[in-house]
Order: sequence, then C-alpha cells, then structure tokens
Amino acid sequence: MDHGTVIEATKAVVTLDVALPGIIWGWMITLNMWAKSIGTGVIIVGAYLLYRHKKEDMPNLRWLMPLISFVALNVFLLFTLLDLHQPLRMVNIFFHPHWTSAITVGAWMATLFTALITIMALIGFFDEFSDVRRNCAFAKKIRGMSGFYEKVFPFVVFLAFPVTMYTAIIMAEASARELWAAPAETIQMILAALMVGSASLTLIADKWSEGARKDLATVLAVSVLLSFLMYMAEYFFSFKAAEVEATLEYVHTGGSYHTQFWAAMVLGYIIPFFIAKGSMKVENRTMMKFAAVTTLIGLYLAKSTWLEIPQMLPLS
Amino acid sequence: MKLGFLVDLNLCMGCKACEVACKVENEVPLSSWRLRVKYIDIGSFPNTTREFTPLRCNHCESAPCERICPVSALHYLENGIVNVDNSRCIGCAGCMMACPYGAIYMDPETNTADKCTYCAHRIEGGLMPACVVACPVEANIFGDIEDETSHISRYIMEHQSFGGGVQVRKPEKHTSPKHFYVGGGNDSLNPLAHERIEGYGLFNNITHLKEIGDPHHSVLDRFLTPIFGAHHDHDKNEGFIDMPNSDKHESHEEGGH
Repeated sequence: MDHGTVIEATKAVVTLDVALPGIIWGWMITLNMWAKSIGTGVIIVGAYLLYRHKKEDMPNLRWLMPLISFVALNVFLLFTLLDLHQPLRMVNIFFHPHWTSAITVGAWMATLFTALITIMALIGFFDEFSDVRRNCAFAKKIRGMSGFYEKVFPFVVFLAFPVTMYTAIIMAEASARELWAAPAETIQMILAALMVGSASLTLIADKWSEGARKDLATVLAVSVLLSFLMYMAEYFFSFKAAEVEATLEYVHTGGSYHTQFWAAMVLGYIIPFFIAKGSMKVENRTMMKFAAVTTLIGLYLAKSTWLEIPQMLPLS
Repeated sequence: MKLGFLVDLNLCMGCKACEVACKVENEVPLSSWRLRVKYIDIGSFPNTTREFTPLRCNHCESAPCERICPVSALHYLENGIVNVDNSRCIGCAGCMMACPYGAIYMDPETNTADKCTYCAHRIEGGLMPACVVACPVEANIFGDIEDETSHISRYIMEHQSFGGGVQVRKPEKHTSPKHFYVGGGNDSLNPLAHERIEGYGLFNNITHLKEIGDPHHSVLDRFLTPIFGAHHDHDKNEGFIDMPNSDKHESHEEGGH
C-alpha cells in the first residue's frame, strides 16, 4: 500500500469491490480497423485518381488496387473472426441477423464488398498477366468476365464508404464509451481510409505520371491535416462531457497512452503532412514513400490509443 | 407486466448475502459476477461513512446491449427482462462495450456473454430472484412496476417525494433502467464520483482482470474446442486476475480479514 497518497477529504474512495474488466477490444480490433481502412481506402482514392487521370497514367492500378484491397480485407476479416470468443458461430450473423446492430449490417456489407473485390482482383490479375494459367478453365472464365470489372467498380466505390464507416456506428452504439461519438468517428473513419489509401497507393506509384502522384500527395496532405485537426479538437476541447474528459485524462496526464498518442500524431500526421505538402510542389518520391510508411504506422497507433482509453474508465 | 427492481440503500448493510446467493443460484464462475456490492468510504477520519451499493444489470427499457447484439442473443422477454441466449452468442463482446453499467461479463467457461437475468428461470416458476430471498433486511424489492398495487410500485410512490427520491444510475444515457435506488447519492451511484486507489481495498488489491473470458481459450482453441472439446483444466484459474504479488514472488495479500 502506498501510504504517501493523499486523498482529498471530500473524495469518496472505493474500499471493496470486484476486479473490473481490463481491455476488452484490444490489438485485434485495432488491426481490424486499420486493415479495413486500407481495404476501402485504396478503392476510394483509386476511384478519385481514375476520375482525374487516364488509365494509362497509372498502368498497374487496375490489378494492384483490388489486390491490395483484397489482402487488407482478408486481414480485417481474419482478425474480426479471431477476436470472437466463439468464432464458429459467426454464421449466426447470417442465419439469425439482428438488424439494429451495426455489427450485423457491417458484416453483411463487408462480406459483399469482399466478394466483389475478390472478383475484381481475379479479373485484374488474369488480365494483367495474360500468360499465367492460359489453359486453365477457371482463368479462361475469369478473363471472359473482363468487362464486369468496369461495370461493378462504381458500385464497389459506393459500397466502400459505408463499409469503412460502419465501425464508427458500432462504436457509437457502444453507448458506454462516450469518447466514441458518431459524427466525429464517422468522419475520422473516412479520413483514415483516405490517409492509408493514398499511403498504400504511394508505395506502388513509381511508374505513374507525375500528375497522378501529385494528386496522391494532395489527398494524403489534406486527409492527415483534417484528421489531425479533429484529434486536436477532441484532445483539447472535450470538456463538456464528464466521461469524455475523464477518458482523455489517460492521454493528458502522461503514461504510456500519452506517449503512444503523440507518437501517432507525429508519425501518422505531422511528418506526412509536411512531406506530402512539399511533394505537391516539388516531388520527392523517396520522402513520399517514407511518409506513406509513417502514415501507416501512425494510424495504427492512433486507432489503438482511441480504442483502448475509453475501456480504462470504470463504468460502475 | 414490466418487472423492476429497487434497492433501498438506507437498509443495505453490505452483508453480501445477495452476492453469494446470486453466485450459487446461477453458478457464476470465479472472476465473474452478476451482482456485486461495492463499498465506498466517504469523508476524512473521524468523520467518515461507508456506503454499500449493490450493482447488477439494470434491465433497461432501451437496452444498448440488446441493440448492439448482432445475433439477438440478448433479447427482451415479455415481462421486460433483458435475457441472454448463450447458445446463440458469438462472443463479440459488443454488449460489454455497450452496457453503460459494466454489468455484462464474458463467462470463462462457456466463452459467451452473460449477466443478471433477474433470475428469469426462478420467476418462470413463480419464485423471487435469489438475491431478494437472501436479503436479511428486505432491502431488495422486486415486482411489477406496471401494477400500481405491487410492493415495488407503492415503494417507489412513497419515496419519490422526499429525501433523495428514487434514482437510477446514469439517467443521462437515456436507457430507461428498470432498476431503482432509494437513499443513494452521487457518491454511491456515479462511478466518476469516487476513486479506485490502488492498494486502498479492504481485502485485496486487484483492480483489473487480466483476461476477458477464459485465459486458456487461445485463438486456436476458439476454433477447435467446439469440435474436439476443451483440453485444459478449467479448475485452474491462473491468469484470471492481475495480481502483482502472486506466483513465485511472495504470498499475496488477498483474503486478509
């Protein structure tokens, strides 16, 4: 017992109670959200670039965009499943769906989204590498569906938005954790997708036109700036709600979450902003790749902090 | 019929008979609780008081746990009880994140969410919840709050207008709890109004559970156990609690009374 602790005379102190739950949603859920942001972000940013530039300006986008999305979405789905205490019962979401739950709606949308991305990834891959499995019936069938890619792409882009946002609605439905408010988290999810979407595409943009790469830098700079401003607003001006203020004490008053939060802000937001802003004028590919990597690391750290600190607060 | 619960904190003496009765009746595993009595000390010596607050599921009319459950494992019964169907639960812990009262736990034996059901199985058989029966001072009052002549309705009406009135926990959450308190104050009902200071517990210094659910239920076990069955000894509860003085270092201070 630390006899040096001073307790205010007016302060009530818990003297007997049970142990409270620790972190319930931990690193797997952080990884889940991070991977989903990449999976949807590359599609949203890819669509923006295709709207602004010719396909020839980004020769590998058609096959690499759905492939990156496919890998990221499978990481997301894998860790969603692994985090369940009864993963084999995941099928209950499809056979006994409860539609007021954002988990249910999200699971259905994410499944549909992943299915369409899988088809796009296959078409993109077999079209790009026309010699691979030339005599395979499956590959022939996929190559025969080539036109489906362009037909389904607008729908996939449309679906990417709710898929990236639904986790924010789950967090909003978690009414015990007031830090996670629906409008703020929803916008943060979109910005996160734009951040890591542009960061991921930066890593494959070596053969792209300079205009396309500058657009990537613009998306990265704008999204990290807006997201950073939102975090700062929540960090400094969330004093209206007692629970939110108590939650933010975990990042205000030092300790590991304080360090993690500011490491996230520097790596994921401040460094990429200045590098991307510079690259909008004078391009520096190496520095942009560095910014892309720090963005990916920083977003993971930021998500982890924001996910865990509300779970530290005693609810009862 | 809408079943509700009221605890008169003026009567509660912190004997924990309700807590023990609940554990026994519902076979609540070690490290978990459906009902607990929290002790809170207020003031500075010698002007101190100790308050006792029994805490359980509030059976909210607008239950966040029911809303967030993706498979309707948490559902309403016709009598207003928020019940759990363990066989349907997927163990996503969404309900644990949603409940503003921290009343739901992950059962370490079934690895599904569980909580107080107002002893729905006993009510179905015409019995009172175990905690109500066990209370030696009748501080727990249970009944139909839609029936004006019921004991609980009359108790609420009698106490609404004087003293601290009839309160619920966290009314700002708009969950419409069906669990009421008489004689409670901000210190006893608001978890932000009191501190949990490490080392100031009466009988232990455990503040947080290290594991949620079964600590031996690894990621691989989660897939294999439903098919091949559990392969570890559930009687071992090592790792359930984060106990700094445990294991090899020295004997821990738990249970020092």
